[in-house]
Amino acid sequence: MGNTASAADTVAVSIDHVTKRYGTFTALRDISLTIADNEFFTLLGPSGCGKTTLLRMIAGFEDVTEGEIYLFGDEIETLPPNKRPVNTVFQNYALFPHMSVTDNVAFGLEMLGRSKAEARARAGEMLELVQLSRFADRQPSQLSGGQQQRVALARALAPQPKVLLLDEPLSALDLKLRQAMRYELKALQRETGITFIFVTHDQEEALTMSDRIAVMSDGRLQQLGAARDIYEAPHNVFVADFIGETNLLEVSVNEVKDDRATCDLGGGYILSCDAVEGIGQGAHVHMSIRPERLFLSDGPTEAQSLEGTVRDNIFVGTDIQTIVALREGPDITVRSSNSDRGNARIFEPGRAVHVNMEAGAARLLVD
Amino acid sequence: MAAGAASGGSARSDTYKEARTWLLLPAWAVLTILVLAPVAMMLVYSFLTKEFRGGVIWEFSLAAYDQFFCNRGLFGDEPCAIEWTYINIFWRSIWQAGAATILSLVIGFPTAYFIATRPERVRPLWVFLITIPYWVNLLIRTVSMKFVLRDQGPLNDLLLATGLIDDPLRIVNTNFAVQLGLFYSYLPFMVLPIYASVERYNFTLSEAAADLYASKWTTLRRVLLPAVKPGVIAGCILVFVPSLGSFLAPDLLGGAKNFMIGSLIEEQFKGNAGNWPFGAASAMILLTMVLIILLILARQQARAQKGAG
Repeated sequence: MGNTASAADTVAVSIDHVTKRYGTFTALRDISLTIADNEFFTLLGPSGCGKTTLLRMIAGFEDVTEGEIYLFGDEIETLPPNKRPVNTVFQNYALFPHMSVTDNVAFGLEMLGRSKAEARARAGEMLELVQLSRFADRQPSQLSGGQQQRVALARALAPQPKVLLLDEPLSALDLKLRQAMRYELKALQRETGITFIFVTHDQEEALTMSDRIAVMSDGRLQQLGAARDIYEAPHNVFVADFIGETNLLEVSVNEVKDDRATCDLGGGYILSCDAVEGIGQGAHVHMSIRPERLFLSDGPTEAQSLEGTVRDNIFVGTDIQTIVALREGPDITVRSSNSDRGNARIFEPGRAVHVNMEAGAARLLVD
Repeated sequence: MAAGAASGGSARSDTYKEARTWLLLPAWAVLTILVLAPVAMMLVYSFLTKEFRGGVIWEFSLAAYDQFFCNRGLFGDEPCAIEWTYINIFWRSIWQAGAATILSLVIGFPTAYFIATRPERVRPLWVFLITIPYWVNLLIRTVSMKFVLRDQGPLNDLLLATGLIDDPLRIVNTNFAVQLGLFYSYLPFMVLPIYASVERYNFTLSEAAADLYASKWTTLRRVLLPAVKPGVIAGCILVFVPSLGSFLAPDLLGGAKNFMIGSLIEEQFKGNAGNWPFGAASAMILLTMVLIILLILARQQARAQKGAG
């Protein structure tokens, strides 16, 4: 399409103080965020968090109660869905059952007023892009779930939307296919340069594909950031707990000095970590430590460490999880990779060990 | 897919063949006693000779069919020319039944759509409301309709009172009155099958169409209607077929001019003027026509389904 703007800071979608209420139930509370052009943006959260509602508002299927939604600078609230230059990949594909694969893919272009021949030619190209040319004349019911998924993708991409909305598109596929589709989707996004807004409840999916992730829960935006930042520097307990696995420890902050906080874990354990704005001396908060940022040793190392007793080792394929009981404190989980290097650090249950922490591994969380 | 289904069916029939024969016996009995036997009787009667005070003489005769199709002049001794009287009645019946079907579809489809899109809890209530008038006998309903529509009836009173018209509309004894009567008699048969298929419709398909730039009208035409087509066809058949053979509405609302097949057949079996073989022959011709229409529709639907995989 004519729009060749590739500057990373062109804003594709801007959500401005958007609230959605159904009667007395508030589905979304004052959400504000901007999505850049060419971005792979993910709305991540558990079911009922409002992520699908937000997506449907961008598509035009739900009214906005308060606030505005802009698409490339234009207010779109008054436009019905068929006037918005966005397309959607629906959760259960929603392919037209009485039309062939080609007719499904050509539908949007025909509606835009292209000639039947042109629409079909373009549909052919799209089917090639998703490697389904062989199935062009089939009916959707004659395709597997994965193939239907690709048809839905081709259909939504064919009209060259400015923004593609994807509503949990992989959730109906089996694990292997889901994993393969992640890379395909990411590649497709790079190839087409179309902004993708992807809704999922699967944190792994979100982490592998997204440029940026908006973590949502209970109708609120919990944290917005690059995949890596969300994982490494979760802002609050919900984000730390929802994304990946973590050790959540209750701590009280003894002292905050020079951007470092000294925290008391109870049982005589003291850890120091980066201070976080809004958490001062005397605060009772949670601390998150990712299990893979911990390692075990017999004696003290240069790193900060906690002494404890190995309770159990759990084999999880790629990793080995070691559960260590701290005295008077909670259990703490340590993850070592199942490699020669990692296996060298396996300790038998009952053994006294030091749990060492990589620098920057401990994060204080607001509640 | 079709091949797979067929082979599955034959495998099962090998295993359960005997049981199936016995279990289907009641169905065959019902079909024989209530459908096949009466039709066979009618077929036989249509080839018998008429008795003047009703009834038949057991003598083979083609007179009934001859009377239907052939005009042999005043004294019945001329060669066969096409007799238009009955063909016209048939044609008018088809036209009337067709108009009533279209009217039912135009009113019934939005009604069914409305009910199917209500919250699940209240849908049975709406269906119930639709069927309530049909607890009253058809004859009483049709007579009541005549009272509503007649020149001094409530409808005309209302239109006159509001000043919309100056003279009462003459509706009774017109084709339109018959169409209205038929429409009202069989409306639920249109609403219920369409409701059933719209209720099963995946409304995400309509969203997908809107998402792909289709207007509401295009979505209806290209996505919703094809998806609920079986319900629409079933509804049309269920209204058209009984309308075609109906005699209450034409008799009571249409007057003598707007005679339909149902009335023609009814008269042959009523009182002393009757002609049983001719009534039976007319019924057989009607049956044949309906069967041909149904076959065409069934073939079309089968083709559509084959196309849809």
